[in-house]
Parts: sequence; C-alpha cells; structure tokens
Amino acid sequence: MSEENKVSRRDILKMGTAGAFGVAGTYYFNKMAQFPTVAKAANGSSHKTSHHSNHSNMIDKTKTTGYKMAERLLTEFDYGKVTKLPNGQTLREYEVVAIDKEIEIAKGIKFPGWTYNGTIPGPTFRCTEGDLLRFHFINKGSHPHSIHFHGIHPPEMDGLTSIFPGQKFTYEFEAKPYGLQIYHCHVLPLARHIHKGLYGNFIIDPKKPREPAFELNMVMNGFDLDLDGANEFYTVNGYAFAFMNHPIKIKKDQLVRIYLSNLTEFDLLNSFHLHANYFTYYPTGRNDNPSQFTDTIMQCQGERGIIEVRFPYAGTYMFHAHVSEFAELGWMGFFEVE
Amino acid sequence: MKGKGIITGLIPLIILIGVLGFVLKNGAGVEKDPAAPIEVLNIERIKVTNTGFELSVSNTGPTPLTISQVMVNDSVWNYSVSPQATLERFEEGKINIAYPWVEGDPHTIKLITENGIITEGALAATTLTPETNRSNFLNYGLIGFYVGIVPITLGLLWYPFMKRFSRKWINSILALTVGLLLFLFVGTLADGFEIGAEAPSVFQGNMIVIIGASLTFLLLIGFDQYQQRKQEKKGYSPFGMALLMATGIGLHNFGEGLAIGSSFSLGEAALGTFLIIGFTLHNITEGIGIAAPLLKTTPRLKDFLLLGGIAGAPAILGTWVGAFIFSPIWGALFLGIGAGAIIQVIYVITKMLIDDHRTHREPSVSWLNLSGFTIGLLIMYFTAFFVKF
Ligand SMILES: [Cu+2]
Repeated sequence: MSEENKVSRRDILKMGTAGAFGVAGTYYFNKMAQFPTVAKAANGSSHKTSHHSNHSNMIDKTKTTGYKMAERLLTEFDYGKVTKLPNGQTLREYEVVAIDKEIEIAKGIKFPGWTYNGTIPGPTFRCTEGDLLRFHFINKGSHPHSIHFHGIHPPEMDGLTSIFPGQKFTYEFEAKPYGLQIYHCHVLPLARHIHKGLYGNFIIDPKKPREPAFELNMVMNGFDLDLDGANEFYTVNGYAFAFMNHPIKIKKDQLVRIYLSNLTEFDLLNSFHLHANYFTYYPTGRNDNPSQFTDTIMQCQGERGIIEVRFPYAGTYMFHAHVSEFAELGWMGFFEVE
Repeated sequence: MKGKGIITGLIPLIILIGVLGFVLKNGAGVEKDPAAPIEVLNIERIKVTNTGFELSVSNTGPTPLTISQVMVNDSVWNYSVSPQATLERFEEGKINIAYPWVEGDPHTIKLITENGIITEGALAATTLTPETNRSNFLNYGLIGFYVGIVPITLGLLWYPFMKRFSRKWINSILALTVGLLLFLFVGTLADGFEIGAEAPSVFQGNMIVIIGASLTFLLLIGFDQYQQRKQEKKGYSPFGMALLMATGIGLHNFGEGLAIGSSFSLGEAALGTFLIIGFTLHNITEGIGIAAPLLKTTPRLKDFLLLGGIAGAPAILGTWVGAFIFSPIWGALFLGIGAGAIIQVIYVITKMLIDDHRTHREPSVSWLNLSGFTIGLLIMYFTAFFVKF
C-alpha cells in the first residue's frame, strides 16, 4: 500500500513540475526504458538462484586461535592453588596478570585487547563458599587496572584503587555469598577498560555441592572495532560463531549447567534463547531466588545466572541472543545431542 | 668557468639527495610505528546482480591489507575475494557477496580488515545494476540525446526571433548569457568538488577539479591569443565565439549526463527521472546562449546542427560513462575541465561586451545589460529547482 502511494505521489509531482514536455518525455522513457520506478523484486528469483542455504552464512570449520580460546574457556575452571589454613579453612591462591594482547575475535579479525591472563573473557575463578581467597594481581599492561569482584567483602578489597603498570596487589577476602559472581576492572574510563576485555566469571559453589552435571561457562560480550560506541561483533567467550561451526557435544538426558553472564558494553541488554527445549534459570546462580522455566532470558550488563537443562531428543539445538542483530553478528551456536 | 657553473648547480641537489637518503634510512626520529594501523580500503563500485553484490575495491593506503570479514546490514555474511584477500598497495580486488537483497531497500556493506578497520559502502535504494548490453546502451544514449541535443536545439530555434533585435538588445542578451554561464560555472565547480570528495583521498579529488579548471581556462585563452595573432584579426568571429560556448557547455553537459547515468546505476531511478526533466528544461536556455553571438551574422542550418551537437552530444557520452564505468576521479576531472571552459567563455564574452560599448562610448554596465545578466542568473536559478533536492 505504501509503495502504491509513493509512486502515485511521485507521478503527480512529476506532472505538476515538469509540464507537458516533461510528461511526454517521462511517458516515452517509461515505455521504452529498462529502468522502472517500481521494479520487479530480486527476492523471488535470487533466493532460488543463490546457492547459500539457511543459517550457513558463517561457515568456518577451521580451528583458529580465537576459536580455541573460546572453546577452552567453555569448560576450564581455575580452582587456584589450594592449601589448608591452621584453622581448617581452605585457602585458594590465584595468579592474575593483566596483559595487553591481540585477540582473534572472529575469523581473521584481530582486536587489540586488555586481558586477564591473556584471554577475553578472563579465567573462570572457582571456589566454595567460606574459602579464603587470595588473588595475586600483577599489572603487566600499559594502563592502570584493578579487579573489582562482585560478592560480599570488605570495601578496601573492592578494586576501586588503580594498580599501575608494573605494580602488584593482593585481593584477600572470604568467598561469599554462593552463586555466580563476575569480576572486572574498575579503572576510569570504565566502559573502555571493561570493553577492552578485562572481565570474567567467578563461581562460588554452595557448601552443599550442586547435583553433578556437564558444566559450561559462557560470558556474553561484544567488540567495538571502530570505537564508535557500538559493537561490530557479539560473541560468547569472545569468538564469533564459535559454537555454530563447532557445536557443543552433549549426551541425551544429561544434566547441563551453564554459568551465563552478560559483560556486553554499549548495549543495555543481552539475551539467551534455546531452540526446541526449555530450561530452568536461577538468577545470580541462587537456588533460593525465584527461578524460571523458560526458553528465553535476558540479562542487563553485569547480570548473571545459572541455566540447567536436559535434552530429551538427539539432534542439533540452536542457541543464540534473541536480539537477531546480535545473533547475526556472531552470538549464535549449536548443541549437538547424541 | 662553465664547468664551475654546473657544479654550483649540482651541490644543493647532491646535499638534498643525501638528506632524503638519511631520513629514509633512519626515519624522522620522532616515532617508528604508527599508533594505529593505517589501512585505507576504497570501495570504488558496488554492482548489484541477481544473486547479490559485486564490489570493486582498491587498497590506497601505505601498507598491504587483508579483508577478513564482510557484513551486510549488520549481519556477518559469506563472501569471496579475487584475486586474494590480501591486497598490496594500489592493488585492486573484487568481492562477491551472495545476498538476497530487497528491491528499493537501503543496504549497507561493511568490509572489515584483519586489524579491525571498517570500510562502509551503501546502496540507498537497491536495484539491479544495468548490464552493459546493446539495448541498455541505446536506452542510455537516448536519455543523453533528450537531455543534451533536443533542448539545446530547441533553444537555438529562438534565433530568428532574436535576430530582429537591435545592437543594444543583442548586447543585453549576451549579458544574459554571461549570467547563465556564471551560474553554470559555479554549479559545475560544486558538482566537481562533490564527486571529487567521493574519490579515494590519495587522489585529492578537489585538486583534480582545480587543476582541470585552471589549466583548461589558461590553455583555451592561450590558444585564442595564438590564433588571433596568427590571423591578425581583431576580436572574435561570431561563429568562433558560439563554437567556444558550445564546447564549454558541452563539457558541462557531460557532467549532467554523468549525474543522470550514475543515479540510475545507483538505483535512484526516481531521482534520475527528475534529473532528466530538470536538465532538459535547464538546457533550453543554453541554446539561447549559444545563439546569442551569432546574431550579427547569417549562419547556416548546418552551423546550428554542429553547435547543437557539440554542446549536446557530450550528455550522451556522460550518461554512458555514468551508467557503466562511473568513477569519481574521472568525473571530477571532466567537471573541472567543464568549469574551466565555461569561465573562459565568460571572460571572452565579457571582454567583447566591454570593448563593444567602449567603441560606442557607452557604459558597459547599462541598465539593459544588468537586467539581462540578472535574468540569466534567475532563469538558471529557477530551472535548477528541478534538479536540486
Ligand atoms: Cu582496567
């Protein structure tokens, strides 16, 4: 309808402005010309003739450096160096180094990142509620950085003080409360320091262990290449289409637990949508929070939670951000259930 | 003595080479690596085909670059590059993207290099790029014919009417012509800068326009003076003057053809149609201008056909170039040449007017002449409404 309107309005304009000569001319042009104002769409024919099939626009089976990083972060948890304190408390010590490092965030695209221990996102620190934690932080980067942990701890351990290049600092506090926490740099300008890659997941397991499961770590993030305040790529664990080209292998009926967080800068929200199945979502990873049984959840910046799911049928299940733009810019993957 | 002279000439040159060599070898001493990678990728042309897009690109940056990802309308898309994804300096490449584009919709294509440098190309209203086949060629030629030759010939048809005028009135029509031409000069120059700005920055499109305009102006003046001295004639022959005008206007019309052809090939058919109508009306006045100098003689029909052809036919050529091989840098050059040619005609007519009034002991800026000049400007101003948006 709108198209019809547009055309007739244009035609009237033409007549009004151009006078008889113009009308005669246009009439003649339209009659003989190959340039119709309302044209036959390419839609029908091009779909048939083009060779690409649905959702195959980013096929790349090669295991690039960037993909290997994302895959490693999916299942790697850093439990630290464990010792027992005289009072029987468990002490966990972690080494965290800030390093400037170029990261491959999509096939062939290098991003000049600031990293914790050389990956974006940083390592997934893991401990149990009540453990004493010591994070030995060394800044080998070119800018001042810090580590701000979410959770409950003394304010002086909160990471608001800049640790300058070449300096060290040890963050020490007791792990609480249990759930899924995150950590990130808290040096100004904040958006730049976080967006550059200084963030990660931090799991505090409850004292009573959760049911054994196949556990996955997923950090939703984005990358702004031209520094215009909008991301060009959206990913989980820092690599576009990582698990689309290499689906995550899962066993039928196996309990899958995903530690999911949103550390995307410049966009208010990110989301997680699972195809052909439902999952239980525990906000902040707390069993005592009201949970949801759903196939789509959203998280604002810094929000996180646990997804628990079983797959009753074998086959490939897609998962992606339900913002289609994010999905098509890299935040899209598959579970392969056997 | 002579040898000594040569040596004194060579010494500064040798020292200069030494300094340049030192700088090239050791750098300027300020910084060795640029803070960010400097990569300049240019999208020269986006061809829309039935299956998707075909981009002609070139690397005009100082270093080789690699194209690593392509996005269409905020979606990562499959593509292929020939000859290969890495382009050396000044190397050209072709990118093929199979994409189900939508007729009339805008499409944005982003090319991302290995270092994350983004180059954007946009299609305002996507439509199939015309194929270079015979029927298209003829169709575009016809458009050029209608925009160029027809209106100018129509304008020339006022000749018998103008022929009845007295000397003072003829002079005022010449003043009117100066008004028309001044408008065309500014417009042509502005169009040249606009197109030149789209060319890769390494070619400095604006300078191309300036170089084209000033060299054309000086060359035409020089050629005239040479001829005058050779033939020892005083003033210009009326036909020679009309020929000069026709040439300048022809180059200007080449630019108009370029605008029409490229707007069709960029998918802006509605704009193209408006341009056709607008330029056609606009160009009738150019015919009047060309006829003006002939009022003092008795030209033949053949002369009119020749003048109409010289002034109008370049529009056909421009339409072809615009539709099939459009390149901003050539567009800038041609429009620059056009502007130079037009300003030269303005110079010649003005000089002639002043001389004529001086021999008759009259002021050259008479009320009649001023009115003619003003009307000339205004005619152009208002008919240009059809082509400005
Ligand atoms: Cu920082």
